[in-house]
Amino acid sequence: MSLETDQIVSKAIESDVEFDPIENHVNSEYKYGFVTEIETESAPKGLNEDIVRFISAKKNEPEWMLERRLKAFAQWQKMNEMPQWANLVIPEIDFQDVIYYSAPKQKEKPKSLDEVDPELIKTFQKLGISLEEQKRLTGVAVDAVIDSVSIGTTFKKQLAELGIIFCSMSEAIQEHPDLVRQYLSTVVPPTDNFYAALNSAVFSDGSFCYIPKGVRCPMELSTYFRINAENTGQFERTLIVADEGSYVSYLEGCTAPRRDENQLHAAVVEIIAMDNAEVKYSTVQNWYPGDKEGKGGIYNFVTKRGICKGHHSKISWTQVETGSAITWKYPSVILQGDNSTGEFYSVAVTNNFQQADTGTKMLHIGKNTRSRVVSKGISAGRSQNSYRGLVRVGKNAKNARNFSQCDSLLLGDKCGAHTFPYIEVKNKTGVVEHEATTSKIGEDQIFYCNQRGIDTEKAVALIINGFAKEVMDHLPMEFAVEAKKLLEVSLEGSVG
Amino acid sequence: MNTITYFKERFEQLQADSVDTHIKAMRDEAFNEFSQKGIPTVKHEEWKYTRINDFFIKDYQFSTDLKEQHFTKEDLQHLKMPGHDNANVITFINGHYHPEFSTLRSDELEIMPLQEAAHNQFAPIVEKHLGHSADYHRDGINALNTAFIQEGVFVHVLKGRTAKHPIYMYNITDARSGNIFAQPRVLVHVDENAHVQMVETFATIGSDESFTNQVIEMAVEKDAVLELYKIQNDAPNSTVVSTTHVNQVGTSIANVITISLSGGLVRNNLNMVMDAPNSLSNMYGLYLQKGHTHVDNHTVVDNRQPNCVSNELYKGILDGNSTGVFNGKIFVRQIAQKTNAYQSNKNILLSDNASVNTKPQLEIFADDVKCSHGCTVGQLDEEALFYLKSRGISDHTAKALLLQGFALDILEKIKPSEIRLFVDELVQKQLSL
Repeated sequence: MSLETDQIVSKAIESDVEFDPIENHVNSEYKYGFVTEIETESAPKGLNEDIVRFISAKKNEPEWMLERRLKAFAQWQKMNEMPQWANLVIPEIDFQDVIYYSAPKQKEKPKSLDEVDPELIKTFQKLGISLEEQKRLTGVAVDAVIDSVSIGTTFKKQLAELGIIFCSMSEAIQEHPDLVRQYLSTVVPPTDNFYAALNSAVFSDGSFCYIPKGVRCPMELSTYFRINAENTGQFERTLIVADEGSYVSYLEGCTAPRRDENQLHAAVVEIIAMDNAEVKYSTVQNWYPGDKEGKGGIYNFVTKRGICKGHHSKISWTQVETGSAITWKYPSVILQGDNSTGEFYSVAVTNNFQQADTGTKMLHIGKNTRSRVVSKGISAGRSQNSYRGLVRVGKNAKNARNFSQCDSLLLGDKCGAHTFPYIEVKNKTGVVEHEATTSKIGEDQIFYCNQRGIDTEKAVALIINGFAKEVMDHLPMEFAVEAKKLLEVSLEGSVG
Repeated sequence: MNTITYFKERFEQLQADSVDTHIKAMRDEAFNEFSQKGIPTVKHEEWKYTRINDFFIKDYQFSTDLKEQHFTKEDLQHLKMPGHDNANVITFINGHYHPEFSTLRSDELEIMPLQEAAHNQFAPIVEKHLGHSADYHRDGINALNTAFIQEGVFVHVLKGRTAKHPIYMYNITDARSGNIFAQPRVLVHVDENAHVQMVETFATIGSDESFTNQVIEMAVEKDAVLELYKIQNDAPNSTVVSTTHVNQVGTSIANVITISLSGGLVRNNLNMVMDAPNSLSNMYGLYLQKGHTHVDNHTVVDNRQPNCVSNELYKGILDGNSTGVFNGKIFVRQIAQKTNAYQSNKNILLSDNASVNTKPQLEIFADDVKCSHGCTVGQLDEEALFYLKSRGISDHTAKALLLQGFALDILEKIKPSEIRLFVDELVQKQLSL
């Protein structure tokens, strides 16, 4: 490592240890910008049938999985073109210039943390998510994913006692093939969109979670993703199945090292909630957004969808999006079961040259279904921030109810805020409301704070946190603290 | 014969017969555009919910190819709106301006065929303001109208004058002897400090199919006031695509009120280009549909200058198998600071087979703005209904009363009293379910 990265690293460690919220972030350079030196075993660049076979073979997958991958690959080839409808300027991506598989070198699966590559452990320490720390202090089970292969899973035993399965996707394919086979790709089929097809063909790993009937998961399940090797696309696949009457809260958070070349990230997340089940999915997304000139940054093209299959089921998405050069993400809920509920709470922050086109889809199919959408967009610098949402009330969705609110806050006069809500109602008993506002931080509000001795920068942070509070309140405690910090860091220097 | 090939043939014929003007060049360009883009399909984002390409499978013809031409004064008698005898009248039959059925009453106005205006003292105005709607509709259907600009009309409101009589504009399609394709084209120039009221309506006679593809472009100069009332109460065998493009070139006021009561398929494009600071525009719309009608209102407000205010309210009541579409776009450009733009769309669904698709859209590039949009879909208030019923009002009447109240917000924006009464009656008739 060079001297410079060393400094950034030590600073990163320091700030985590001291845990001083704002002061440590005065340096608005990307905090987690370092590269871990781990030998990786990668597939050659490019994508063809052989690569798909290679990935499948590497993971020692059964025949049916390979077949699915190949089918998805054929589908992807047919699609052949990136979707153009979003309000984004996406540079042409050469999909043949991406490495589709890279795994940290390991001799065999470690049974305890001591066996894990010490380099990796160090990385997690730098990120402030050291496994032992997590284990001891927070009681959160962590399935840490680094460059596509899961290297450590904690609290497994405790969860196993309750019958909860929480493991990496590759493990699930080996150990629980029936469950995976039954549920995988049922919510997001490969035919769904370009990136879903790509993911279905080449996904490397991800998390699998099954909560059995009537079990309330006693802890928040959490996965940390981290893009690491140069030129490696991340294709995560997550599947959460909540059986009848169960409950789970799932956290996903991301940090990525700084890199000048754009990196592609196309994940798929599927959630299935049976009768009376509830799934709460929270994300803090902080991929590298590119530097102040808009150079570099992660492309984040994610398909997230949940289905409320059973009656009285509930799926709730909460997301805080601060990173990525380009975000293309629409966590959705299919409200199929009667009396089911879907929720979407989002804060999307864009700064410098970031672009975000994000929102949700609420598809009301069952009777008495309810959905709630709260989206807060904050744009600064030269960024473009779009909300794109669909609320569809089907013909048989009696008494469907939706409320959507999407507010935008503009900081500076070179950014843009856009709203594209689609509302389609085919049932006369449906009640749908949508409201949206766009505004800036009022001079009077800043003045009020200044008068009371709060400087402008802090005042802005205060107002923004207030603006986003409705969403932040839905984040689990551990995340709320981090997310609040993130908001302030992301907008540093954009006002004042 | 394929309709598209038919258009091509007629276009070549038209160009061969006409003299070289800038309009001819414009037609060429437009036909090129049409050939490239074609009729928009549902894959076109702006036409996602409205399917018009199917209509072109039918054999439509321009009126010049119809064997019989028998529109008479008596026919017009039946279509008259109240106040007709006291108004300036512009009559389009099958997309062509017919001076013999038109009248000019106010000396504050000049009304003439568009071709004539392109060659007299108004030529610079025509050249400056004709064809701007195309910038907002990069699709084949707008280009198709422009490709056939021929017998349109030009209206000029004199500087500093208020037109004493309103302008009534009839868009009549005579579908008694074949499927008819009509493309009326209008250019209105409201000069400085002038004031004009315009009322337009659409009517189809006969039982064959009619397709009206209309484009109205209006330029509003400094301190002028424009009021436009669009009353659409057409027959079920009619299809209307009506593009209204208002360009506020000077600080001015523009009000456009659209009332859609029936028709087969109605698609309204309304563009408000606010190209001068401190301008005001109001857009109100009511769509009240039953049967198999489809009504689509697409509006665009383009804020190009600072300090403008726009208000927009569209209300819809959908019954039977009808479909309502609303798409409101507000653009605020970076220079347009201090813009206030409000937009609201409210819908009531009355039947199981009615549906509504709405998309209120904001695209904002300036930070010092106040923009809001809201939209709702719902039913009549149960409690209000119960309140009325408990006082001895029948279910049917109670519903009609509440719906009338719902529509009132829009109806009361209609200023000419005869038209207000006329529309009130039409609404009441429609509501007594």
